Amino acid sequence: MAVSIKSSAEIELMREAGRILAITHDELAKQVKPGMSTLDVDRIGEEIIRSYGCIPSFLNYNGYPASICVSINEEVVHGIPNEHRIIQEDDIVSLDAGVIYKGYHSDAARTLIMPAVSDEVKKLVEVTKQSFFEGIKQAVAGNHIVDIGRAVQKYAESYGYSVVRDLVGHGVGSKLHEEPEVPNFGGLRRGMKLRPGMTIAVEPMINMGVYDVYWEDDDWTVVTMDGMPSAHYENTILITEGEPEILSQAPGIAL
Amino acid sequence: MSKADVIEIEGTVVEKLPNAMFKVELENGHEVLAHISGKLRMNYIKILPGDKVTLELSPYDLTKGRIKWREK
Repeated sequence: MAVSIKSSAEIELMREAGRILAITHDELAKQVKPGMSTLDVDRIGEEIIRSYGCIPSFLNYNGYPASICVSINEEVVHGIPNEHRIIQEDDIVSLDAGVIYKGYHSDAARTLIMPAVSDEVKKLVEVTKQSFFEGIKQAVAGNHIVDIGRAVQKYAESYGYSVVRDLVGHGVGSKLHEEPEVPNFGGLRRGMKLRPGMTIAVEPMINMGVYDVYWEDDDWTVVTMDGMPSAHYENTILITEGEPEILSQAPGIAL
Repeated sequence: MSKADVIEIEGTVVEKLPNAMFKVELENGHEVLAHISGKLRMNYIKILPGDKVTLELSPYDLTKGRIKWREK
């Protein structure tokens, strides 16, 4: 496999891309409210990204028609924003976005909780977010790819949730999707050894019910097979000799 | 944006089943159950036994697939 180890200059660019992406997510978290359409969310997101001199990574990526993926409740990922889908008081809304800054990408996702979401579903969102942090505890040089997913899976399953199999995290750099693939579950394959300078997106997708998903007729939106909710949390990270550095963050903005 | 962990593979349609499902035989002789992808369905592309198609299979359930393309 040809994994790229990033130079300090490249890492600096990815830090800046990540900072702008974190600001974008923070702004979206403040502005996204019930009553808005998912298309409104996309428009707001795209405008913020461009106002920082960046290009949205997702727009026209493999034909994806928007800048922000907006996935609600049983939608797992890649929901296509449209004017008819209105956010409800009890929805969980997963936003996935990417920015390109001077040719380098950052990729991050957050699941927003609308005011009337049940405690049960709130818990799913919190556990999904924490499963990312459990996963990256293993994202140190010398470990293997599988160590990350194993940790995510162990944590998420301890709450009775399931880990989506059909979609995975990935390397990030001058392309949105680079090698390696980063599953959120442990399997038979160890995957490559993690080395300092690798930049990957770790993105647990955790379902309240079964892990099976299917693709809708638009060939993008992924939905849980049993119709139960799914949450998503993602950051782009840099592997170092010590603890990984989260690139998709900004000073003063909580992760 | 998450990456889909699927295997792309070619096969030949063996039988059309109810609910727009198809039995497809892979080169190695394995049979998978496949449904038609949204793009093909929306463009009214007809799939018939004998057609050579490209499928996406989940590595976690090799018996099910999605027909992404039909060879002319």
